[in-house]
Amino acid sequence: MIHTKDLSKSYNGATVLNVEELSIPKGQSFGLVGNNGAGKTTYFSLLLDLIKPSTGNITNNSVVVDQSEDWKPFTSSFIDESFLIGYLTPEEYFYFIGDLRGQNKADIDTLTSKFEDFFNGEIIGKKKYLRDLSKGNQKKAGIVAALIGNPEVIILDEPFANLDPTTQIRLKQILKNLAEKQGVTVLVSSHDLMHVTDVCERIVVLEKGNVVKDLETNPTTLKELEAHFASGAMDSQEEE
Amino acid sequence: MIKRFINLEWKQYFRSSYWQKSIAINILMVFFALYFVAMFLGLGFGLLFILKKTFPEQDAFVVANGFLFFWIIGDLMMRFFLQKLPVMSVKPLLTLPIKRSTVVNYVLGKSAVSFFNFLPLFAIIPFSIMLIRDGYATSMVLTWMFTMIIIVLIINFLNFIIEAFSAEKELSFLPIIIVVGVLFGLDNFELLPMKSLIGNSLIGIANNPILILIPITVLLLCYGYNYKILKGKLFLDSSLKSKVTEVKVADLSWTKRFGDIAPFMQLDLKLIWRNKRTKSMAMLLVIGLLYGLFFYPQPMYRDMEFMFAFIGVFSTGFFLINFGQFIPAWDSGYYKMLMSQNIKYEQYLRSKFILMIMSVAILFILGIPYVYFGWKILIAHFAAAIYNIGVNSHVILYGGSFNRKKIDLDKKAAFNYQGTGAVQWLIGIPLMVLPMGLFGLTNWLVGFEAAVALLIVLGVTGIVLHKKLMKLITKKYLDSKYKMINAFSQDN
Repeated sequence: MIHTKDLSKSYNGATVLNVEELSIPKGQSFGLVGNNGAGKTTYFSLLLDLIKPSTGNITNNSVVVDQSEDWKPFTSSFIDESFLIGYLTPEEYFYFIGDLRGQNKADIDTLTSKFEDFFNGEIIGKKKYLRDLSKGNQKKAGIVAALIGNPEVIILDEPFANLDPTTQIRLKQILKNLAEKQGVTVLVSSHDLMHVTDVCERIVVLEKGNVVKDLETNPTTLKELEAHFASGAMDSQEEE
Repeated sequence: MIKRFINLEWKQYFRSSYWQKSIAINILMVFFALYFVAMFLGLGFGLLFILKKTFPEQDAFVVANGFLFFWIIGDLMMRFFLQKLPVMSVKPLLTLPIKRSTVVNYVLGKSAVSFFNFLPLFAIIPFSIMLIRDGYATSMVLTWMFTMIIIVLIINFLNFIIEAFSAEKELSFLPIIIVVGVLFGLDNFELLPMKSLIGNSLIGIANNPILILIPITVLLLCYGYNYKILKGKLFLDSSLKSKVTEVKVADLSWTKRFGDIAPFMQLDLKLIWRNKRTKSMAMLLVIGLLYGLFFYPQPMYRDMEFMFAFIGVFSTGFFLINFGQFIPAWDSGYYKMLMSQNIKYEQYLRSKFILMIMSVAILFILGIPYVYFGWKILIAHFAAAIYNIGVNSHVILYGGSFNRKKIDLDKKAAFNYQGTGAVQWLIGIPLMVLPMGLFGLTNWLVGFEAAVALLIVLGVTGIVLHKKLMKLITKKYLDSKYKMINAFSQDN
C-alpha cells in the first residue's frame, strides 16, 4: 500500500529523516516509535505532502504523493490540534469533513453514533466550539474526524497522548478493529511502548531519522523495545 | 527583579519572529511617532502666539487652561482605542518565587513609560518655557507643569480602569462613551461647568503649590485601584479558565445553491461571524459604506470627477479589500488540515471569490442613495463595482498567494497589524491607484462617459476571462503550498 524509497529530508544540511526502503502492506497496523526528534512527525508530514522531500519519494497506493493529489480521497489523518477548525462545533466539523469526503449528514450521524462510548457524552450536542474543548476532547474529535468517509489509510500522530485511560483502551479497540476487520492500513506513532505493541502488528523504531529496528509484534516485542530504549538511557549514563 | 523583567521583555520583543519579519511596519510606526512628536513640539512652541492672536483681550494662560477639559476627554478617548495595558506573560512567573505585588507594580510602572505619556510632554514643556520667557512667574509655571504631568499619569491609569470595566462587555466601547459623554454633557448643558472648573483648579494649583497634593492623591487612588484590579486577576485559574461562548447557529442552507463550493462558503461565513478579528472587520463595513459621505457633501470634491472612481472602488470594494488581502491567511490555523484533505483548491478559492463579489454587489446597492449627490456619482460607482468584480477580485486573490503570515483569529481588528506584510501595502497600488489613475486620465483626455466605459470594459474583460484567471491563480497557490504551510505553522 505505502512504499517509501530513498526518502530523506534535511534542513540546512542537517538530515532529520533518512529512510532507504519501507513498505507497509494493505491492512497492516503499523507503529512508529522513537524518542523526540527521531523523525516520526517528519515522516507523517512527508506522507501527507505537507513538506517536500529532499530526496526520494513515498507512493501511496501507487500514487506518488508529492506529484499527484489522487491519494487524498482514500487517506485521512490527524496530526495535531491544528487539524481542527476552532470556531466550529464538533458536529459542524464532522459535517464539513464529511462534505469534503462525499458523505451526507445522515452518514456522519450514523458514524458518530457508533462512537458514543468513545466520546463519553462530552463531544456531541454540547453547543461548544472546538477551541473551547479540553485538549483530550479535541483529540477525540480529531481522531473520529479522521475515520470519516471510509478511508483506506489512516495516519494518527501520537493518538494516545492527552487521552484518559478509559479512552486509551477504547481507542486501541477501535484501531485494532479497523485493521483486522476492515482492512484499513493504520499508521500510528507513540511514545507509549505498551500501547503500540498492543495495537500494531509491526513496529518500526526510528532513531535520529534512521530505521534501527523493524519488528513483527509478538509476546516478547514489548520486552525487546523496552530493552532497546533502556540501553539508550544506560549508554548516556555511562557517558556522563 | 525589575532588571530581570526588563531583560525578559527585551528578549521577547527582539526575538519574536514578528519583529524580525516586519521591519517595514516598525519603521512606519516610528515615522508616525516622529510625526506626532513634531506636531506636539510645534504646538508647544506656537500655542502662546496663536492664543495671543486669537484672543488678544484675554490672558493666554487662562485661555489655555480653559481648553484643558477638551484635551483631557480627547486624550482619554484616544488612549482607550490605542493604548493597551502592557501585557506580560505572567503564567510562567506565577509558580516561581516572585511576589505578586512585584509583578503588578512592574506592569503598572511600565505603562507609565508609554509613548502616550511622553507625547504630551513635547507640548507641555515647550509651552512652559514660552510662558516663562513671556514673563510669567517661574515658580507658578513650574507648578503648573508638574500638575500637568501628574494629570497625564492620572489619565493613563484612569484609562486602564475604564478598560478593565469594558473588557467583559459585549459592546466594549460603551463605558468610554458613557464617561466621555457624561463629562461633555455636564459641560455642554451647563449643569457643571467642567471647562472652567478644570481651568480654574489648574490656575489655583499653579498659584498655591501646596494644592498639588490634590492631583497627587487622585493619582495615587487611581494607581491603587488599578493595583487592586490587577492583583485580583493574577491567579492561574483566571487565565487558565477560558471563557466558553455559547454557539450561535444560523441557517446557512441557502448556500446549497452554490453547489460544490457550499461547504467552503458555510465555513467562510462562520469564520466571519464567529471570530473577533473578522467580526470587527465586518463591522467596519459600515465605515466603508459611508466613506463617500466624507467627501460628497463638500462641493469641492463634487467637481473632482476622478475622486468618484476612487471612492467607488473603495466603498463598493471595502469588504473585498479587507477580507481578500488576507486570503488564505484566514485559514492559517488549520491550513495543514485543508492541505491534507480531499479538496479542490479551485473550489476553495471560488468560494472566497463568490463571497467577495456578493459583497461588492450588496455594497453597491446599499450605496445607491449616493445618487442624491448627482447621477454621475452613481454611474461612476457602478463602473467601479464592475471593475471590482472583474479585476480587483482576481488581483487580490492572486496577491493572496504571496501571504506568508499567520493570523490569530481571536485578536480584534482595529490597529491589529498581525498578518500584514509587504503584500498588503503593494496590493493597494493596482487595486485603487490604478483604476483611479485610468479613470482620471481618460476623464481628462476624452470625457466622463469614456472613463466610465473604460472601467466597465476592463471589468467585463475580467469577468469573461474568469475561468482562465482562476486556473492561473490556483496554480500559483499550489506552487507556494509548502512555503505557506511552513509559514502558517510558525507563531508570530
